[in-house]
Amino acid sequence: MTQMVEQTRFQKRLKREKNLFIPFIMSGDPTPEATVEIAYTMQQSGADVLELGVPYSDPLADGPTIQEAAGRALSQGMNLTEAMKLVPKMRERGVTIPIVLFTYYNPVLRYGLEAFAKAMEENDVDGLLIPDIPLEESEEIREFTEQYGVELISLVAPNSEERIKRIAEQAKGFLYCVSSLGVTGERKDMNPDIASFLEKVKHYSQVPVAVGFGISSYEQVKLVQGHSDGVIIGSKIIKLIDAHREALSNETTRAGALQELQSEVEQLVKGNE
Amino acid sequence: MSVVYPDNRGRYGDYGGQFVPETLMAPLKEIEDALNEAMKDESFQKEYRNELEHYSGRPTALTYADQLTKTLGGAKIYLKREDLNHTGAHKLNNAIGQALLAKRMGKKKIIAETGAGQHGVASATVAAKLGLECKVFMGEKDIERQQLNVFRMQLLGAEVISVSSGDKTLKDATNEAIRYWVAHCDDHYYLIGSVVGPHPYPKMVRDFQRVIGDETKRQFKEKEGKLPDRIYACVGGGSNAIGMFYPFLEDDVELVGIEAAGKGIDTPDHAATLLNGTQGIIHGSMTYLIQDDHGQIVEPYSISAGLDYPGIGPEHAYLHSSGRVRYESITDAEALEAVKTLSQAEGIIPAIESAHAIAQAVKEAKQMDPSETIVINVSGRGDKDMNTIMEQFQEG
Repeated sequence: MTQMVEQTRFQKRLKREKNLFIPFIMSGDPTPEATVEIAYTMQQSGADVLELGVPYSDPLADGPTIQEAAGRALSQGMNLTEAMKLVPKMRERGVTIPIVLFTYYNPVLRYGLEAFAKAMEENDVDGLLIPDIPLEESEEIREFTEQYGVELISLVAPNSEERIKRIAEQAKGFLYCVSSLGVTGERKDMNPDIASFLEKVKHYSQVPVAVGFGISSYEQVKLVQGHSDGVIIGSKIIKLIDAHREALSNETTRAGALQELQSEVEQLVKGNE
Repeated sequence: MSVVYPDNRGRYGDYGGQFVPETLMAPLKEIEDALNEAMKDESFQKEYRNELEHYSGRPTALTYADQLTKTLGGAKIYLKREDLNHTGAHKLNNAIGQALLAKRMGKKKIIAETGAGQHGVASATVAAKLGLECKVFMGEKDIERQQLNVFRMQLLGAEVISVSSGDKTLKDATNEAIRYWVAHCDDHYYLIGSVVGPHPYPKMVRDFQRVIGDETKRQFKEKEGKLPDRIYACVGGGSNAIGMFYPFLEDDVELVGIEAAGKGIDTPDHAATLLNGTQGIIHGSMTYLIQDDHGQIVEPYSISAGLDYPGIGPEHAYLHSSGRVRYESITDAEALEAVKTLSQAEGIIPAIESAHAIAQAVKEAKQMDPSETIVINVSGRGDKDMNTIMEQFQEG
């Protein structure tokens, strides 16, 4: 019998390691009930991993689209505790892909590091992404995510240079490559040096390399897929959802809106196939 | 110093650090390397001192407050006159230092955040002087409240960028300045206005502000032949206080930092971060902040725009936890009263920020012995506050 390292929840749920589609949605935007349904719709649209955003008052890494989504979610009373509680509901609804919680660090500190890691395990959260802790500040939370079987997702940026190796070697789940300098949100043009940056990252990474920040069209998806293992789409998804805000908020019109959303997302990631 | 802070991770005990997106790690390292090199370079130091002396007008006076001392009948009171700096506050000390560093790094564009506009004016001023392009991020609400300073910055050639995200005040202006910097760090330098933000900013701003304490120490010894018993300074982000306190940390001098209690420390409307806040992260630094049970940052309140910040410099958090500095709080009403007191006793109209330090010192000086001595840091002049003060006194 061969000795097997026990797989994490994330690894068990991840069905492939190529051409990954990772959408970002904001908990509670437009409503907590809608978020559960949107998560399922993302899976139906071909999502391989779901990034579930937790709204924060001061989202430093985010552009206007995600800031506004966070603002709407906060005014709905959404927070870290409530966002985690959505995950079991998503599982009940049939979401089987890995779910990665995206939260800034301050709410996590306020919750308590170990209590939070434990709550993620209890709520069946598979991964954690904290955009405002670089490798140097990640030791404390990493101890607890490892203890409770949660993959701590790392980020690398085009200016990470000699840090790429160190970050990539620690990477769990998937490695998040920031496409170009700046905050989240649409960009007209992709970073022209992205191919060489991604080659370098892939050289050191043991996990799938996915690219995010500014990907908002099928052309960009295709371009990035060619050089990496997947795409992360946030602001564009938030905009598509926001266009159906009213219909999604209302139970009687939700199903129709979800259907439209599904075809729009499919078109974004698969083109007019 | 027996213990040198920050350590190599930019920590002051449990506080400080670099809680920032990965994209900022490279520009922060670039600044840290350039700073370390510049601080060791005698020609940089000379240039910095030269600008302080011939442009800002340093050293600033240490004024004996004759009337105030007599009226109170307690400790002998001295005032460190940072209000006499060019642009009217201590802010320029730091703006000069960082702008020289930016220039040395080959950055031709600077960005800055501002609340009331004092740091924005200081940044716009040095940018004009050094031939740099300057963008100042300012909350939409603050732009409405501080139109005169907005015009002042524009007159100096700076571009004022209105920030409409979040609460539309200083914390959001800071967020937006950081966001802009992330995208433009190759040719922009971010000139932070206080001892806040990720490492190396708190250390750098402290080192550019310590001239306040260094001068005070020298001037006080000349006048009194000893060190003062107590020193008072107001604390928002905390740059004038750290600048004053830092050179005295190893001395037998009691240091008192005064936070803004706004409408009262037991009401929701205050900015007393250390006395009434909790540990957490704001603008890339582990420190104390005003936040709710879910870790969302809460908008503070103070009549003084310069103290109206939900966080505080990490070194203050450390000095609070170690007990080396005593922190107190003063309400809006007490500060306004102190503005009047100092204006009428000494002919010096202080900024409302500085009046918080004055109010606490006045309370305590009365209880002290005439053989004891104190220094109050008058961090800025009150001209900018005339409208606010006028409205308050008319209402009252």
